[in-house]
Amino acid sequence: MAEKLPSVDALVIGFGWTGAILAQELTDAGLNVLALERGNWRDTPTDFAPTFAQDELRYYWRHELFQYPAHETLTVRNNASQVALPMRRLGSFLPGTNVGGAGIHWNGQSWRFLPSDFLARSHNTQRYGKSAIPDDMTIQDWGVTYGELEPHYDRFEYLCGISGKAGNLQGQIQAGGNPFEGPRAREFPNPPMEMTLPPALFAQAAQSMGYKPFPQPSANMSRAYTNPLGVQLGPCTYCGFCEKFGCGNYAKASAQTTILPVLMRKPNFKLRTEAEVTKINLDATGKRAVSVTFIDAAGREYEQPAELIVLCAYILHNVRLLLLSKIGKPYDAAANEGVVGRNYAYQITSSVNVFFEDKILNPFIGAGALGMVVDDYNGDNFDHAGLGFIGGGYIGNIQTGARPIETHEVPKGTPGWGSQWKKALAHNYLRTMSLATHGAVMSHRGNFLDLDPTYRDVYGRPLMRMTFDYTDNEHRMSDFLTDKAAAIAKAMNAREIKANPRKGSWDVVPYQTTHNTGGAIMGTDPRTSAVNRYLQSWDVPNLFVMGASAFPQNPGYNPTGTVAALAYWSALAIRERYLKAPGPLA
Amino acid sequence: MKPSDNPPQPRVTRRRLLTAGAVIPIAGAAAARIVQPGEMPWTEGAADVPPPAVQPAGYTWLTPAEAAFVEAAVSRLIPADELGPGAKEAGVPVFIDRQLAGEYGRGSRWYMQGPWGEGEKTQGWQTRMTPAALYRAGIREVDEAVGKEGRAAAFAKLSADDQDRWLHQLEDGKVKLPTADAKTFFELLQQNTIEGFFSDPLYGGNRDMAGWKLIGFPGARYDHTSFVKKHGEKYPLPPVAILGRPDWNPPGGSHG
Repeated sequence: MAEKLPSVDALVIGFGWTGAILAQELTDAGLNVLALERGNWRDTPTDFAPTFAQDELRYYWRHELFQYPAHETLTVRNNASQVALPMRRLGSFLPGTNVGGAGIHWNGQSWRFLPSDFLARSHNTQRYGKSAIPDDMTIQDWGVTYGELEPHYDRFEYLCGISGKAGNLQGQIQAGGNPFEGPRAREFPNPPMEMTLPPALFAQAAQSMGYKPFPQPSANMSRAYTNPLGVQLGPCTYCGFCEKFGCGNYAKASAQTTILPVLMRKPNFKLRTEAEVTKINLDATGKRAVSVTFIDAAGREYEQPAELIVLCAYILHNVRLLLLSKIGKPYDAAANEGVVGRNYAYQITSSVNVFFEDKILNPFIGAGALGMVVDDYNGDNFDHAGLGFIGGGYIGNIQTGARPIETHEVPKGTPGWGSQWKKALAHNYLRTMSLATHGAVMSHRGNFLDLDPTYRDVYGRPLMRMTFDYTDNEHRMSDFLTDKAAAIAKAMNAREIKANPRKGSWDVVPYQTTHNTGGAIMGTDPRTSAVNRYLQSWDVPNLFVMGASAFPQNPGYNPTGTVAALAYWSALAIRERYLKAPGPLA
Repeated sequence: MKPSDNPPQPRVTRRRLLTAGAVIPIAGAAAARIVQPGEMPWTEGAADVPPPAVQPAGYTWLTPAEAAFVEAAVSRLIPADELGPGAKEAGVPVFIDRQLAGEYGRGSRWYMQGPWGEGEKTQGWQTRMTPAALYRAGIREVDEAVGKEGRAAAFAKLSADDQDRWLHQLEDGKVKLPTADAKTFFELLQQNTIEGFFSDPLYGGNRDMAGWKLIGFPGARYDHTSFVKKHGEKYPLPPVAILGRPDWNPPGGSHG
C-alpha cells in the first residue's frame, strides 16, 4: 500500500531542462513546487570535475551518464509487420537520466526553428499544392507561431548565454549571421566562438560557392557570462569533451550551470531524487489528475498528491507515462485515430569526410557547438518544386572534438583492420574533417509509439514500442543534402573526399542523434493532438506535458532551443491564465 | 559559480539516520533522497572519481588459452610495426581481461530479459550472451574449428596469414560456430581492441599512451584555448592521461 504524502501546489516529473525551467517559473509565481527525479543528484565539482571528466571510455562507451537499458528501455522495429525487439544496448540515441537529464551531455547546439517550420502543412500546401504532401504523411501545423515563441527563444538564449551572430534583427538581414532565420528582437548575448581551422575552411569553400555560412549558435561560452538570474558561466576551453560528457568548466549551459544555483535556494522548492514516477492517477471522472505514484530507491511506493502536474521527462518517458496512466486515446495507426503515440519522428543524418594531405587540422580541439554551417537547404529556404520531397536540413562542419575511440576516418578502400588500417589512421587522423548534414524527418502514419505486448521493465510494466523507418521523403531529402555537402567538400581542394549517405532502414545500432520527437504532439484539434497549443493535456487540464514529445514533426535543427522556448511559453500561460482560472486554456 | 555559499545546514540523509543509531520513521521522509529548500546536495570529497588504475600484471579472468587467443587476435587487428607498438604491446589484452572481469563483462547495464529473438539486423544486439560469455564461447568454438581444419591446435598457433584468414571469415560471418555468432563475436573483439588501444591508460590499455602518440591525440587535456587560432600548426605538447604523465611522477615519489 502506497504511503500518501502531503499535497503540493505543483509537481514536476523529471528534473532536466524543462523540469528546471518550470520549477523556476512556478516557484516565482509563488507556488510550492516539488520535483521528482528518478536518478541521482549531479553537479559539476563532484561529477564532472576537469580532473577526470575527459574519459571517453567511461562516459561515452560505457554510458555512465545515460539511461541504462537494464533499468528501462524500449522495443524497436521498422514497421508494423515486424516483431519489435528490445534495444538491449544503447546505440542510435542516448536518453539521459539523473538531475539535469540529457541536458548534461548535450553538445549545446542551440537553434530556433524557421517561421515556416511551425506551419508545416499549411505552408507547404500553399506553396507546392496539396499533392506535395503524400496521404500517409501526417504533418501538422503546430498551433503556435514563430512570432509567439520569439520572446521565449530569447529568454532561453539569454539564460544560457548562447554564443552566435544574429542574421535577422527585427527584419534587417545582418552580415555574418543566418539570413534565413526568423527575425530576432536582439543580438545573441555572446559573440560567436573562435573558429579552428576546419570550420574556417568549410566557411571559405561555402562562401566561394555563394552560400551564406555562419557560426553555429552555441551553448558553449565564447566568454565568461553572468545570466539574468545572476548565475555565472566560464569561458569554454575547447577541450573537445561536450557531447556525451558533463562540462567540468561551467562553460556549457545546463540546468546545473544556469538555474539550479538559484532554484535550489528557494524556500518554496523541494527536490526528491531516486523517486521514479510510475503512474499519474486520475479522479473518478478521468478528467483531473490527483496525484502520482512513485517508487523510491528501496522499492517503496508513495502517492504524491498535487494540484497541478507538469510532465517534464524525456519524450520517450513522457509518452510512455501517458500510455501507462491511460491519459489520452492511444494512437491506432491502422485507423489513423487516437493521439498518444502519434507522429513519432526522428532525424536523418549523413556525412562527407574530407582528407587533406598538406594541412594539419588538430581535430581534437573542439566544442559541442563549435562550427560553421549553411542553412540554404533547410526547411523551405529553397524551392522544392520537382524535388520529390519537403523539408531539409543544415550542412556544416562542427568540431565537437575528435575523441580517438570514436574517430577513425580512413580513405575509401582502406581495410578495416591490420597494418594498412593502422597506417591510414596514423596518417589521416590530424588531416581529416567531416561535413555533417542534419535533416528533418516528417511525421508519417507508419511511425508511432505504443506499449509493447511482450517485454517488461524492472517494475513489470510494459516497455514502450517504437515503430519507425525513414520514408522516401527522408531518403530523397538526405541524398540531396549529402550531394550538396559533397560539392562543398570538393571545393575545399582536399586530397580526397568520402561521402557517407544514409542508406536503407533506420538502424538502432550506430549512434545518430538523440533527437526523438512526437508522440504527445501539440495542436489545435483534440482529435489529432494530445496537448493544446499551451502544452496542456486536452483530456486532463491540470496536466501539462513539456518537451520534444510536443513536436508534430521534426524540423532540420537540434531541438533544445525549441523545447525550452515551448516550456517558457507554456509556463507563461500557466502563470498568467491557468492559475487565475484553472481549466482548459484553449 | 559556486553552488552555495550558505553554511551547511542540517538535513536528513540515509547515512545520518543510520549513524544516529536508530532508524526513526520521519513523516514524509521517503528513502528517496530529499533535497530540502535552500540546500545544495554537494558533498565535499565525494567526487564520482574513476575506478582505480588497472595494475598490468597477469590476467584475472581470461584462462591461459583464452589469453593466448586474445593476444594473437588483437596483434592482427592492430599489429606492431615500424609505426610503433601494436594492440598487444599497448596492453589491450589486459584491458579486455579487466573489462570482461567487471561490470561490462556481465552486461549489467544492458536489458537482458527474454524472450530472445534474432530479429532484423536493424534491431541490434539480441544475443543472450553477455560480453564475457560471448568471449568464452567464441574463443572455445573458434579454437575447436581451427583444430578441425588441422593446420594448428589453436588459433594462437596459426601463422599470421592463417590468423588473418580466420578473422576475415569471422568478420564476414562465413564461419558457423555452435553457439556464438561469429560476426557478433568479431565485432565485439574489434570494438574492444579499439577501446583498449585508445582509452585512458587507467583501464590497462593504451600503455605509455601508445595509441594516442600514434595518431597525435594529446589526451585528457582540459584547455586548448591558446591553440584555437594557431591554424595549421602542429600541436606541440605531449599527451597526458588522467593520472598524469610518467615524467610527472618521479620514482619513489608520493604523487599519483
